[in-house]
Amino acid sequence: MAATTSDAGTRRDFLYVASGAMGAVGVAAVAWPLIDQMNPSAAALALGTSEIEIASIQSGQQIVFKHRGLPLFVRRRTPAEIASAKAVDVNSLPDPLARNAALPDNTPATDASRAVKPEWLVLIGVCTHLGCTPTVSAAQQPQGEYGGWLCHCHGSAYDTAGRIRKGPAPSNLAVPAYTFMSDTRIKVG
Amino acid sequence: MRLTKLSRNLAIALGLGLLASTAAMAAEGATARHHVKEVEFEFEGPFGTYDRGALQRGYQVYKEVCAACHSLSYIAFRNLADKGGPEFSEAQARALAAAVKVQAEPNDKGETTDDAGAPLTRPAVLADKLPSPFPNDNAARANNGGALPPDLSLIAKARMDGPHYVYSLLTGYDEKAPGSFHVPDGKYYNPYFEGWAIGMPKPLSNNGVTYSDGTKATIEQQAHDVVTFLSWTAEPKMEDRKRMGFGVLIFLLALAGILFAAYRRVWKDAH
Amino acid sequence: MSGPSTYNPKSGLEKWIDSRLPLPRLMHDTISTFPTPRNLNIWYTFGGILTFCLAVQIVTGIVLAMHYVASANLAFNSVEAIMRDVNYGWLIRYVHANGASMFFLAVYIHMFRGLYYGSYKAPRELIWIIGVLIYLLLMATAFFGYVLPWGQMSFWGATVITNMFSAVPVVGQAIATWLWGDFAVGDATLNRFFSLHYLLPFIIAGVVGLHIWALHVPGNNNPLGIDVKSPQDTVPFHPYYTVKDAFYLVCFVILFAGFVFFEPDFFGNPDNYQPANPLVTPPEIVPEWYLLPFYAMLRSIPDKLLGVIVMAGAIVTLVFIPWLDTSRVRSCRFRPLMKQFFWAFAVVCVILGYCGAQSVEATAFGVPLVWVARIATLYYFAYFWLIMPIIGLIETPKKLPPSIAQSVLGDSAVTSAE
Repeated sequence: MAATTSDAGTRRDFLYVASGAMGAVGVAAVAWPLIDQMNPSAAALALGTSEIEIASIQSGQQIVFKHRGLPLFVRRRTPAEIASAKAVDVNSLPDPLARNAALPDNTPATDASRAVKPEWLVLIGVCTHLGCTPTVSAAQQPQGEYGGWLCHCHGSAYDTAGRIRKGPAPSNLAVPAYTFMSDTRIKVG
Repeated sequence: MRLTKLSRNLAIALGLGLLASTAAMAAEGATARHHVKEVEFEFEGPFGTYDRGALQRGYQVYKEVCAACHSLSYIAFRNLADKGGPEFSEAQARALAAAVKVQAEPNDKGETTDDAGAPLTRPAVLADKLPSPFPNDNAARANNGGALPPDLSLIAKARMDGPHYVYSLLTGYDEKAPGSFHVPDGKYYNPYFEGWAIGMPKPLSNNGVTYSDGTKATIEQQAHDVVTFLSWTAEPKMEDRKRMGFGVLIFLLALAGILFAAYRRVWKDAH
Repeated sequence: MSGPSTYNPKSGLEKWIDSRLPLPRLMHDTISTFPTPRNLNIWYTFGGILTFCLAVQIVTGIVLAMHYVASANLAFNSVEAIMRDVNYGWLIRYVHANGASMFFLAVYIHMFRGLYYGSYKAPRELIWIIGVLIYLLLMATAFFGYVLPWGQMSFWGATVITNMFSAVPVVGQAIATWLWGDFAVGDATLNRFFSLHYLLPFIIAGVVGLHIWALHVPGNNNPLGIDVKSPQDTVPFHPYYTVKDAFYLVCFVILFAGFVFFEPDFFGNPDNYQPANPLVTPPEIVPEWYLLPFYAMLRSIPDKLLGVIVMAGAIVTLVFIPWLDTSRVRSCRFRPLMKQFFWAFAVVCVILGYCGAQSVEATAFGVPLVWVARIATLYYFAYFWLIMPIIGLIETPKKLPPSIAQSVLGDSAVTSAE
């Protein structure tokens, strides 16, 4: 039953390899839909933009909104907070980049490139270390050494422009793309 | 002997096939409704695709006629720009959405209605589902003489012979009821409807809509267009499905061919 | 046939593993070198095809469960979200839904093959009984699965099937209520059915392991129904049957793909694209096609309890087949009389399926189908409880070939006779 000449053997080997290879291609093709189904669905992708009314936010106060399932910080900064943020030398920062979705990637982290209107700071409230939500600093309840935010999970301290100053977080809090629809209303995403 | 064996194998395969297909026939049973009209749609058959023009016109018919009573709750405005669907441009879909008011989220004071008690609304965006004409089923019944206008998203799959059924129903109002059949008050005669008496008045009329692409809006044309549209809402991935199907079948046939060669080769000496 | 192992570990690593967990040895002995009768035909490839079906259902099912919501309010919507918004969700769901039908198609071919070639006879009784258990688990799983989309057929199918338990005297209603977790099929029912639908396939996989284990003790039966007598009668499973199974599997997948991509709703019921409505029963309640023969039996009996007993009895009967068949010959190839009754039985099963799909008042050629179903049900039971034992005793089988090898390889006279 196994009387194969070497020629027949070669042909048989070829057929084995060919069917094996095609089978592997088939399995790989089937794998993709099974993997891709876990990516965000069309419905999740469509929920892009949020419109937010900001008139009620007092100076020195922050309100947290939910945007794409994440906390969105909108902080109305006091003149002192703005001044302290502007006074920092960008080159001395742990992360000198603006991290602003509306600006090119290599923009330096000046206060002007972090906040379109100095009074309003809009940030994705996700610590760049491991994703906790940092606590905001306020006059009556200071958090961290830099007057901005402190992440209680692992001690990352951010300044009043949301830039990382101390702790394990590698980069500044992200600024999402947003536009002012009026003086009191912004559209995020 | 070989031949009888083969025929026997065929018989068993046929038998099982028959068993399977009886399920499909089951729902026909002893229904009173007339057989659906024989019409052809572009999307039928293994090569069929949706006619874009018909889909766009069909959306217009839905919006201007059907939407007065029927919801289309599984369709979002973004879907109108989907590939394999009506394929409006994104800007067009955005504009279609913006022209429609949907229930707004509670405002900053937590109110859901304005001072007059009317629900707060805002222009729809792409992510919004098409709004329903009635806030709930009871309101829908109350406004339609007790009959509930069904959601149309899946109607083309939720009825036997769906597209043909909907087409026949929409174009079936002009037939005369047999003398013996009494049409109850508030109902209309339509022999394609189960029980022949339907709560929906004749929805389509000649030139009831004005098509922007110049197509003549006969009842048949409107029915054809809206049926195409509703077939897409029921099966929005049909074009993807058929296209992928051909790729898969070609691949499988090639794989079967090479495996058959390997099989014959391996067994050559064993028989 | 499970003789001494021929596994010979070569590398140091293989030896190291073999002395600790001899899994490679097991694979080698059960897949590579397993001696398999050399005359297995196309109908013997369905075991492999069924393993494939189970794997497909488990994989696609796990994926669907990532998106499905088992709640009476959200189940239907979540299925539509899978069909519309989840990446490739439509593909995965259609594979899963059609996969159930393909699974049963393969199961029925596999079972009829076993019946025809007498694969249930000694020493393979346990393989058969475990197989019947798998069939039962499969029906339960399919039933639970059909409820999950929460369409009209899901809801009313669940209502009708669970109400069968209320036929049990005294405690019946309590059992039904216990199954529902409510006073009717509802949210609680849907949640537990989802849980069980997810659980049972893994139990099936375990029982399939027993089925294959039991098979590997005596080895495969074969179309001649005679025992393997010498190594001449067999070929190693690999490559002979791996390549043959692979070829027929791909043919089967072509059929499968044809349904998934071009007629995905062929086996479905339009009513199930309407959300469940506890206030309106659809005019025609029909189970999935693979349950139709049993449904026909149930409906043909005018008494509630008796109907349920008959239907359950139709499946329980299968367990006793190994002892009801009194013939000393396995394969119907050599049983001219039994062969006729077997094909009549196959036709009867199709007729029962047809009757189950028709409305209660339907007739064929002026005969009420309920009477056709009654006679068919009678034949179904008679086939196992009367025909099988009696024919086995009175029939004179044809002369069996001396060996598999001689039948396949021997003189051409033997070959052409088959």
